[in-house]
Amino acid sequence: MAAFTLKINGERHEVDVDPSTPMLWVLRDHLNLVGTKYGCGIAQCGACTIHVDGDAVRSCQLPISSAEAYEMTTIEGLSENGDHPVQKAWLEHDVPQCGYCQAGQVMSAAALLKSNPSPSDQDIDSTMNGNICRCGTYTRIKAAIKSASGQ
Amino acid sequence: MNTSKVAMGRRSFIKSVSLAGGGMVIGFSWLASCKQKEAHVAVAQELPKEWFEMNGFLKIGDNGLVTIYSPNPEIGQNVKTSMPMLIAEELDVDWGDVLVEQAPLNTDVFTRQLAGGSQSIRQGWESLRTAGATAKQMLKQAAAEAWQVPVSEITTENGIITHTGTGNSAGYGEMASAAAQLDIPEEITLKEKRDFKIIGTSRKNVDGKKIVTGQPLYGLDIQRDDMLIAMVVHPPAFGMQLKSLDASEAKNMPGIKDVITVDTYTEDQSKSAFDTSAFTKLVVVVGESTWQVMQAKKAVKAEWELAPEIENEMHIFGRTMTVNHPAGLENTNTHKAQMVDMGPERAQIERKDGDPEKAFQNAAKVVERSYSCPFLAHNPMEPMNFFAHVTDDHAELVGPIQTPEIMEQSVADRLGLPLEKVDIMMTRMGGGFGRRLYGHFLVEAAVISQTMKAPVKLVYTREDDMTHGTYRPAYRATYKAALDENNELIGFHVIAGGIPESPLAANRFPAGAVDNYLAESWAIESNITTGAFRAPRSNFIAGAEQSFLDELAEIVGKDPIQFRLDLLQRSIDKPVGENNDYDPLRYKGVLELVRDKSGWNNQDASKNRGVSAYFCHNSYVAQVLDIEMEGDKPVVQDVYCAIDCGIVVNPDAASNLAEGGIVDGIGHAMYSAITFKEGKPEQQNFDRYRLIRHSEAPKRIQVDFVQNDIDPTGLGEPPFPPIMGALANAMYQATGKRYYDQPFNAAQPVIG
Repeated sequence: MAAFTLKINGERHEVDVDPSTPMLWVLRDHLNLVGTKYGCGIAQCGACTIHVDGDAVRSCQLPISSAEAYEMTTIEGLSENGDHPVQKAWLEHDVPQCGYCQAGQVMSAAALLKSNPSPSDQDIDSTMNGNICRCGTYTRIKAAIKSASGQ
Repeated sequence: MNTSKVAMGRRSFIKSVSLAGGGMVIGFSWLASCKQKEAHVAVAQELPKEWFEMNGFLKIGDNGLVTIYSPNPEIGQNVKTSMPMLIAEELDVDWGDVLVEQAPLNTDVFTRQLAGGSQSIRQGWESLRTAGATAKQMLKQAAAEAWQVPVSEITTENGIITHTGTGNSAGYGEMASAAAQLDIPEEITLKEKRDFKIIGTSRKNVDGKKIVTGQPLYGLDIQRDDMLIAMVVHPPAFGMQLKSLDASEAKNMPGIKDVITVDTYTEDQSKSAFDTSAFTKLVVVVGESTWQVMQAKKAVKAEWELAPEIENEMHIFGRTMTVNHPAGLENTNTHKAQMVDMGPERAQIERKDGDPEKAFQNAAKVVERSYSCPFLAHNPMEPMNFFAHVTDDHAELVGPIQTPEIMEQSVADRLGLPLEKVDIMMTRMGGGFGRRLYGHFLVEAAVISQTMKAPVKLVYTREDDMTHGTYRPAYRATYKAALDENNELIGFHVIAGGIPESPLAANRFPAGAVDNYLAESWAIESNITTGAFRAPRSNFIAGAEQSFLDELAEIVGKDPIQFRLDLLQRSIDKPVGENNDYDPLRYKGVLELVRDKSGWNNQDASKNRGVSAYFCHNSYVAQVLDIEMEGDKPVVQDVYCAIDCGIVVNPDAASNLAEGGIVDGIGHAMYSAITFKEGKPEQQNFDRYRLIRHSEAPKRIQVDFVQNDIDPTGLGEPPFPPIMGALANAMYQATGKRYYDQPFNAAQPVIG
């Protein structure tokens, strides 16, 4: 066990855990930020996506021992009132079915739009390919990303 | 939250309500009080100071807000929005004034709290509307008494009660207190369908805001004080069981409370078909946090041995069936050879019309094709999990389950508690697809909590989830058609089976459209466990049949849609046999609609299009799918989908569900499989188990519904099976090759 200081959603958090603990489980078990989801644990499904210094990162692969240096944002901190353009577009297109993967989808999409404000279909496909939606809401996700980008 | 003003038991258990018009008696009960949790607060209005419980389905606040309890489990089919819409329609309330909460399992109030068979809306259609209409009648009655006017002169609209003659008017909130004191009316009148204001209009997912802001909604999100985390270690292969355990290292790891073994069932326990027979003795690691338990799980040293043959008696809806699991370690290659070997001599006849033997003897041409599909894992994105807190005289269970009522019995039997001491609360589910009909994880959680004397959240890893069984069975079907010298279809023979069951639906189309028809089934026993997977059996046989009909149409030189329409016309004009379980007119309706919407008859000849149509779960679906080749890679472009599921409650959400079914069907037919080597699943996570991804989804999906006044039928499952046929048929147009064996694109690499 070791003590770590983390910067998450603009706040500092002290956590005392094993250094190998992935941020996914730090968020979920120790900080009660359960919006970040567990889907596979091997960076294949994207359900655990968070922002690390603004980039989309699979939190199941980021041990806490490597995380102190970064500003991290989770779905709970993406916007103050759930009004990030991506969140609004998701509601406008009524994207979710079961909804479980959507926090990861939203985080991947928000990072994409930050680096590429007007992505093409191919840009969306290649970025979002790492996020599985088992319910099959892919066409709505693409439409929502386009809406959020003003296209 | 304020407490209800209604006294306990005052209006309990009126078992039937007669409906004006038909005098129909329906199974419907009321209970004054029920347990509620999890307020939905998406509305910007202030919560009322006081709530008044009108019946077990709804309560009204003094400010006119209405809370509706959604009875059925939500697995992504959107019943948590659409079921309350039925209540709100008849209550005559503004949807913006409605809060929705998930109801717990409560068999005193609700019937069939189950997510399965595409039945929630169909079977709730009368009872949910009756719940709303009855409450509305009580509000009108209260107003009539307050204003001293006949109740028949009172009208309601958008939560306002009006008496035009005297100019009196009041909001529901003002009358709720008085209305809640009244007796439940014995007769109510439901609205005419033409008067619907909410049903048939698109309403957003009531949990949408919570989902996109990451609020806790799912079983895996549950946190309680002093809650322990439990994980299972099950045998690595089907056909194996625990021999011995060395947990000394694991027990000494940080945060670990104990390593125990758990029997999911007692030896003499009566099992339902939703209990499991695989891996019923488990090693369980219990500790403080998920990561600690995951690490200790790897340190568990277990020895496994071959398991004996198992024979289980299982009960399902009043019937008993015997399920036999032979001993041994099974292999996919052997399975394939076994299935090819199964012929008529090992099959049983399910239906026979005319003289098929003679038709085939006299045929000018016989066409024979075989189709197959592998086992599939359901893979809902939220792995299996459940929270349990079991004390000496009570069990509290919270989590994702499609069959809470059935599993309540299993838990009660296993723990030795009376049913009323077991409480189950359903959470929103991160997918179900049938996997969560089989609630062994709920029983496991209960036993672990009882053993540890602590609240416990049981969590499966993805690997635990994917390798635990309950798979979609592997199937194979061989179709034969007899054609005469004029290329008329004079005989049809299907022989189908699988491991461990047959996918055949002998009375479905094209039964009824061919004079000489033979349908046969076979099955092979296995110790690999299987279960219902979105549109069970249809999810293979639809694609196989629709691929075969496509090939037949080509051989006889007919347009594939016209070929089907001609067969259906035959079934209308002069049906063969008595038990045809489809309506050929509605079947034709969806084919004609998809033909028109897709521009089939005036299409660009360069388009690679496939068509398919199927009937299951009481609904009709036809689909057209277009493929373009990008190099040597087939890429799905447009999909057109026509559906006849009767009245559509929530059109945009219904489209979403159909779009999902289409993506799901393309994905599984194209990419997914579970295969076995020495009993061990060769795919354990998404690195080797391929699911469809963004870039592989159709570019556009257009969903059109047949407009009619038929009471709603199923929608969660019907759009899923036929798309596999449309895909195979379009793949043929695009590549010149027929696709008979799923997954069609087995060699595709995993993208991650």
